[in-house]
Amino acid sequence: MLTPWQVIPAALAYLFLLFALAWWGDRRADQQRSLISWPIVYALSIAVYCTSWTFYGSVGRAAASGVGFLPIYLGPTLMACLWWLWLRKMARISKAHRITSIADFLSARYGKSTLLGGLVTVIAVIGIMPYISLQLKAVSATFQALVAVTPEHNAAPAMFEDTAFYVALLLTAFAILFGTRHIDASERHEGMVAAIAFESLIKLIAFMAVGLFVVFGLFSSPAELFELAASDASLAKLFTLPDAKSAGDFVALTFLSGLVIICLPRQFQVAVVENVSEDHIRHAAWMFPLYLFLINLFVLPIALAGRMAFGTDVNPDLYVLSLPLGAGQTALALFAFIGGLSAATGMIIVETVALATMVCNDLVMPALLRLAPSHLKARADLSVLLLRIRRWAIVGVVGLGYLYAHFIGQSYALVTIGLVSFAAAAQFAPALLGGILWKGGTSSGALAGLSAGAVIWFYTLLLPSFARSGWIAGAFIDLGPFGFELLKPYALFGLSGLDPITHSLIWSMMANLGLYIAVSLLSSQGAIERIQATLFVDALKPAGETGGARFWRGTAQVADLLALAARFVGTENAERAFAQHASSRGLELGEVEVADADFVAFAERLLSGAIGGASARVMVASVAKGEIMGLAEVMEILDEASQVIAYSQKLEATSAELKAANERLKELDSLKDDFVSTVTHELRTPLTSIRSFSEILRDNPELDPAQRQEFLRIVVEESERLTRLINQVLDLAKIEAGSLGWDIHPLIAQEALESALAATRRLAQDRGVIIEENLPASPLMVMADRDRLIQVLINLLSNAVKFAPENSGRIRAQVAASDGGIRFTIADNGPGVPAAHHETIFDKFRQVGDTLTAKPSGTGLGLAISRGIVEHLEGRIWIDSQPGQGATFHVQLPGA
Amino acid sequence: MGRSVLVVDDESNIVLSLEFLMRQAGFEVRIARDGEQALEEVARQPPDLILLDVMMPKRDGYDVCQTVRANPLWKNVRIIMLTAKGREIEREKGLAMGADDYITKPFSTREVVERVRQYLG
Repeated sequence: MLTPWQVIPAALAYLFLLFALAWWGDRRADQQRSLISWPIVYALSIAVYCTSWTFYGSVGRAAASGVGFLPIYLGPTLMACLWWLWLRKMARISKAHRITSIADFLSARYGKSTLLGGLVTVIAVIGIMPYISLQLKAVSATFQALVAVTPEHNAAPAMFEDTAFYVALLLTAFAILFGTRHIDASERHEGMVAAIAFESLIKLIAFMAVGLFVVFGLFSSPAELFELAASDASLAKLFTLPDAKSAGDFVALTFLSGLVIICLPRQFQVAVVENVSEDHIRHAAWMFPLYLFLINLFVLPIALAGRMAFGTDVNPDLYVLSLPLGAGQTALALFAFIGGLSAATGMIIVETVALATMVCNDLVMPALLRLAPSHLKARADLSVLLLRIRRWAIVGVVGLGYLYAHFIGQSYALVTIGLVSFAAAAQFAPALLGGILWKGGTSSGALAGLSAGAVIWFYTLLLPSFARSGWIAGAFIDLGPFGFELLKPYALFGLSGLDPITHSLIWSMMANLGLYIAVSLLSSQGAIERIQATLFVDALKPAGETGGARFWRGTAQVADLLALAARFVGTENAERAFAQHASSRGLELGEVEVADADFVAFAERLLSGAIGGASARVMVASVAKGEIMGLAEVMEILDEASQVIAYSQKLEATSAELKAANERLKELDSLKDDFVSTVTHELRTPLTSIRSFSEILRDNPELDPAQRQEFLRIVVEESERLTRLINQVLDLAKIEAGSLGWDIHPLIAQEALESALAATRRLAQDRGVIIEENLPASPLMVMADRDRLIQVLINLLSNAVKFAPENSGRIRAQVAASDGGIRFTIADNGPGVPAAHHETIFDKFRQVGDTLTAKPSGTGLGLAISRGIVEHLEGRIWIDSQPGQGATFHVQLPGA
Repeated sequence: MGRSVLVVDDESNIVLSLEFLMRQAGFEVRIARDGEQALEEVARQPPDLILLDVMMPKRDGYDVCQTVRANPLWKNVRIIMLTAKGREIEREKGLAMGADDYITKPFSTREVVERVRQYLG
């Protein structure tokens, strides 16, 4: 057995250690060497979820109902899957808007509504009251168990003899020391988070130590424990899965705890407000469920062992202490007590700090601003006032918890008390999740849903708990108020046969969610609300401006803003933050006199961190000249601006398109000009000869017949050339326009080549050029238009004849199957074509022969037309040639 | 002694017709088929007048015109450029290079003879 003089110093020493850790954590944070930059610290801090209720109550519940303790951990585990989406979004929003609490978050989302923030705060304070009382009760009960004072269950002891009272006093002092030592410009508490993470570690180790002792110390192995338990009929039922009714409760509780893992003020505080890196969320999404698994691993073994060891004599909530104590392991029992103390203090510290922030920022400050603005203006340093408000808020919150524990909580088990709070916190879920997922949610909807849910919760859970303790008349529970049976709090509108928690949850969530959606659809959003809704819902979309700066028209004096901020966050903090902001924009703080909209928005965010968004807005408005813009006006400007932006973007795109099209047109135009002038030049040449000789013939009737004959021949020849040229230009134009008629079908390649050869043989003979033919005997089928193919081949053959040396020219013409198609090859032994021209000779009016010989008598269009034809036939034409070694043209066409 | 005309064009049929016309008009005619040949002919014996086509292989008409004009020995050589209608730029460029006149193709044979006579008296 332990004496109070062993237990109390141990507990105080532990609390002192925690405090030192927090102090050290804050110092490290100031030195930019944060203790909480590891994901595991973040995950452990979220484990503040596991309070003394987990530490002691789970065993109690398991001893009574087997796996009934599990939903409380199953819900969060399932929910962790969605963290990367939802929690990350909330963390990002909170960072951007300097959110200080869940009340601040909801108020900011629904148009910086002070009414909503206040309502959330009131619900939270009342809702969490039983939960705090649970911790006080647990610490005092376990202390009594440890020092062997018989716990007095049903009679409230006098306050000064009540252990819980001293526990409350101690924890209040401790929470004040932790949470309100100073007011930062920041809404974060790094030291506190470090201490909380440490507590989570301690409670896990302590619980597992007890578990291991029970399984391997009291019994030889888990197998032995379970065998013995299974042989006991009263325990065997603990192994069975829940029946249909409790299965419903099981699902309801899983759902409930899945919601509260984010909605409880302290969970929102550690998971969202204190989050330093979005990446931590990814890790926490598996670390935290792992933590829950580990801390639940020994719940059932301890519960079974407790039942076997004590029967029903000992409160099962205390098995974790009673088992080691009963076995004489006082040191282990003390360690378990410290573990439980960790769980309780962790919860109370974070919860009270979160609630005090809410009370201060969302309840007291807005009230003061409204009721006594002159009072605020008169005070030079408001940071002292803020601290004082928060400290009293902590006192109030713990005090309410104590009163609940003192007057009401005696009649309930730990788990039941905790669930009442869970059901209250769950009321925030529709507005919270709706707020980040649905732009249409309005503040009226949130207010309506939240109020309805809270009222039903109050009526179906809290009020009956008052009644049960005899504090108010209990008749309305069984008979309904004034005899209205339909309004019985545990069987509202005749819905009976359910666990009170499940029953309350069904009605309150139905009313809450239903009204939230219905009223949102029926009501319209204000301007700021619309902006905030968009900013919140689209928080994860990569966006440019948050738009905050745009709400301000006009400016303020930097000195005024600085003075304002200094009053709330302290002169030193304010000056440092302002200087940082100035230098981040490349300015020197001393040189800036007039703050622009950006600066004003920055000051507002800075203040938001200290007093919440809604109050910060009002305060900044008081010093910023030119006021806050009319909301309709802001909206108009925003709409207009976004329209102008969209329009100008469209305009830009269009003009870029136009520019490109214009360039292309110009290019085409100059190409067309070139083409036209080249064509006209080419037409002019034969025309000049024709005209000259015609006139000579006309003016010289006495010309001798031979000369006359010669001139007439020239006229005819040039006329033919003109005709050919015109035809080719037309051909080319048609090919390019795609309007040439085609008759593509399989035909014999040899026959086409033979026709082309027949047409050019005469020309070759005239120039003394020999043509070697190489045509395979078996017919090769090619897919082509016969006339066009022959045109191409004639063009290539006549080119070859033209360029082959007179009287010693040799041309090789062949056709063969190749590359899955048919290839025609025309090779000559002419001057060849330099590699630089292998492509350009297929352009219009390109004749490479110019520089070497006299101008060849072509039109300069033959190869361009040939290429057009071959490409239309889905083939390819190209040249192989070395200057001085002849040229070889290839035409590759698809086979048939 | 007869006046000499140098006909410069790469189109043999055009050269043939101009040669006929100039001979008939009583001038002494020499022929060049491109710019280089033209300058060789001028260097060998400057003609009194050059009928000069613009678009030619090797050195074009402008080039020839400019070279001739650059030499003080040849300052008395008249130059008539044969340009294409619709290509005012050719005419202007030719005049800028120092040509005395221009005739657009296709030309009237009578006009060519008239114009040449005008310059050669």
